[in-house]
Amino acid sequence: MTTPKKDFLHSLWDFFCSLKLTMFLLISLAIISIIGTVIPQGTPAEEYLARISLTKIKLYKALGFFDMYHSWWFILLLYLLTINLIACSFERLPHIWKIISQPVTDLSAGLEQSLANVATLRSPDEPAAVKERIVAFLKAEFAEPGVVESDGTWHLFAQKTPWCRLSVYFVHLSIIIIFIGAMIGSLFGYKSYVNILEGESVSKLVTRSGKEIDLGFSVLCEKFSMTSYPNGSPKEFKSILTVLENGRPVPGFDHKPIIVNDPLTYKGITFYQSSYGDAGKYLFTVTDLDGRNTVSLTVGGNSSGTLPDGSSMHVLETTPDIAPYSPGLSGPAANVEIHTPAGTSERLVVYANHPELNIEHANHHGKGPVLHFKGEEKRMYTGLQVAKDPGVEVVWLGCILMVVGIFAAFFMSHRRIWVRIQKGSVTVGGNASKNQGAFQQTFDELVDRLKTDLTKEKH
Amino acid sequence: MTSSLLFNMTTFVYLASMLLFFVFLAARAGKIGAAAMITAYLGLLAQTVAIALRWKESYDMGVGHAPLSNLYESVVFFSWTIVLIYALLDIRYKYRVIGAFVMPFALLGMAWAQLGMSSGIEPLVPALQSNWLLYHVITCFLGYAAFAVACGISIMYLIKARGEEATDKPAGNGLLSMFPPVRVLDDLNYRAIMIGFPLLTLGIITGAAWANYAWGTYWSWDPKETWSLIVWFVYAAFLHARITKGWVGKRAAWLSIIGFAATIFCYLGVNLFLSGLHSYGGGK
Repeated sequence: MTTPKKDFLHSLWDFFCSLKLTMFLLISLAIISIIGTVIPQGTPAEEYLARISLTKIKLYKALGFFDMYHSWWFILLLYLLTINLIACSFERLPHIWKIISQPVTDLSAGLEQSLANVATLRSPDEPAAVKERIVAFLKAEFAEPGVVESDGTWHLFAQKTPWCRLSVYFVHLSIIIIFIGAMIGSLFGYKSYVNILEGESVSKLVTRSGKEIDLGFSVLCEKFSMTSYPNGSPKEFKSILTVLENGRPVPGFDHKPIIVNDPLTYKGITFYQSSYGDAGKYLFTVTDLDGRNTVSLTVGGNSSGTLPDGSSMHVLETTPDIAPYSPGLSGPAANVEIHTPAGTSERLVVYANHPELNIEHANHHGKGPVLHFKGEEKRMYTGLQVAKDPGVEVVWLGCILMVVGIFAAFFMSHRRIWVRIQKGSVTVGGNASKNQGAFQQTFDELVDRLKTDLTKEKH
Repeated sequence: MTSSLLFNMTTFVYLASMLLFFVFLAARAGKIGAAAMITAYLGLLAQTVAIALRWKESYDMGVGHAPLSNLYESVVFFSWTIVLIYALLDIRYKYRVIGAFVMPFALLGMAWAQLGMSSGIEPLVPALQSNWLLYHVITCFLGYAAFAVACGISIMYLIKARGEEATDKPAGNGLLSMFPPVRVLDDLNYRAIMIGFPLLTLGIITGAAWANYAWGTYWSWDPKETWSLIVWFVYAAFLHARITKGWVGKRAAWLSIIGFAATIFCYLGVNLFLSGLHSYGGGK
C-alpha cells in the first residue's frame, strides 16, 4: 500500500532523476547566461543608463539583471542542476556498482544470447587441460581470469578497467567539488584593489564588498616603472614591493619585483600588478611682471593649479633640458596650458633658467602673473589587485578530477571476456561498455589467436 | 621563403582541395576524392611550416613569441586545427566526403585572415606574456576545430536525413548516395564532439588557471568566460541527449550546429559586439 505522500515523494524523486530535466536545465542555463553578457554587470556606466529607458532600468534592477550571475534565480538553476546530477548519480550508481563488484562470471545460455560477440571453438582435449591453457592465454593476452567449475563445465571470466564505468560519476562529483571550492572562496576569501605611492606602504584594505581588512603586515611600494617596445606599445609594468612585519622587511620579500603575470604571495594573500598612475608634482613660482612678490605653486601630475588672477593651469609635458628643442637655451622647461576666467586659453613654455623669457612672454601677452618653472618631483603609484582565496585549491582539485573523469568516460571502456569450456567445445563471449566497433575487432583477433594457440601444441 | 608567402599558398591549396571535394561529390570518382584529400594534406603541411616560420621570424625580429597573439594569428591557427582534426578523423574512419563540408570552414578562415587582416608580427603586451597563453589557446582552438568538424558532419546528417525522408529509401543514386549512412554520421558527430568537449573543458580550465595567476580571480563572468560556459552547456546537453529519449538523431544534430554557432560567437562575436578582457592583441 502506498500513501499519497509517498507517491508525491516518489514522483519528486523521479522528477529530479530525469534526464529531460538535465536537458532542460543545461539548455536554460545556456540561454539565460546570455543576458549577463549583453547587459553590463556590476555598476553600469552612466552612458549605458542614459541610453536605455527608465522603465527598462527599473525592470532590470527588479529582475537582478545587473548582477544576474548572483541573482536568486540563476543560483536556483545551479542548485537544481546540482540536485539533478546527485539524484541521477544515486539512481544509477547501485546498478553500476553491482556490475563492478559482483560481476556475472558464468557464461550462461541467457548471457550468451545477450552478447554481441560470441565465438565457438572445437577442442577434443580434456576440459581441465584446455582450461589451463586458456587461463594462461587470457593472462598473457587480456587479463587474469577467475575460474569456476560446475558439473564438469569450466567458466572463465576476465575483465579490464571495470572502474571506468564510474568515471561519469566522478565528472558529476567534480562539478560539486568546484562549487564547494567557489563557496569556500566567497565565504573565507576576499578581493580588493589598492593604489600605493612610491615610498609608501599600506596595511589595510577595503574589499570589493566594502569590508575593511587589516593585513597584519604592510606592503611597501619601493618603485614602479614601465618600459615600452620601440613601436610604443607597453612591454612591461613592474612594481618593486617589500613586505614589512612590524616595520621591518621580511627576508625573501625584500625588494621583490612583480610584473603582470608574475604576482607576489605572502601569507595566503596575493598581490597582482594591475594598474599604475602618475602622482608626480610640478613646482612653479609666480611673480609680478617686475619679478617680485614670489608665490610658490605646486601642481599635481593629473590635476591643475590656480594662479593668483584666478586662471587655472595644468602641465602638458616637461623636459629636464630644453637645449635640444631650443638652441641657445638650457635647463628644465615645462609646457603648460592656461585657462583664464574670461574663457581664453593658451599654451606656453615656462623655463627654469630663463626668468627673463618668462617675463618677456607675460609682457607680450597681456600683463598677468609671470610663471617660472622650478622643477619636478617624479613619483608614480602602482595599482594592485589583492586576492585571498582559500577555496582555489579545492577548485583545481575539482578541475583535475573533471578532466581525468571526462577522458576516462570517453576513451576507456569496461571490457569483459567470458569462456565456457565443455567437453569438445569452447565458447567465448565478449562485451564492452563503449565503442563496440573497436571492441569487435579486438575480440575477433583475440579469438583467432586463441584458436592458433589451442591447435599449435596439439601435436 | 617567408611565412606570409606560404600562408597565401596554403589558402590557394585549401581552395583547390575544397573544389576537388565538390567535384568528387558530383562525379563520385574515388580518384578525385583521393586527390582532394592529398591536396588537403599538402595544405596542412604548408601551413604547419608557415606557422613554424612565423614563430621563428618573430624571434628574428627580437619580439619572439608563439604566433597565437592576435586575431590574425588565431584565425590562421583555427584554420590549421580544423584541417588537423579532419585529417585525424580521415585517418581513423576514412569517410572522405566529409571534407566537402569541413574544408570550406578552413578555407573561410584562411581567406579572411589573408585578405581582411593585417598580418604584421607585433610584440606581446604584458597581459599576454605567459606560458599559459600557449596552453590556453592550443586547447581552446583544438576544441573549437573539433566542433567545426562536428558541425559539418551534422549538416550532412540533416541533409541526408531529409533526403531519405523525402524519397523514402535509404540510398538513392544522387549526391546523397555519396554520404555515409545517417547512423555513421550520427556516430562521427559524437566522436568529433568527444574530441572537442574534453579540449574545451581543458581550455576553460587553463583560462581560469591563467586568470587566477594573472589577476587573482579564476572566474569573473567576463563575456568571453560566460560564452565559453554557454558553449560547454550546449555540448554537455548534446552528450546527455544521446541517452535521453526523444533527443537522438535530428535534435542532436541541431544541438551540434547550435553549439558551433555559439562557439563562433564566443570566439569572434564577443570581441566584435561585447566588451571584456579578451580584446585580441590589445591585452587587458
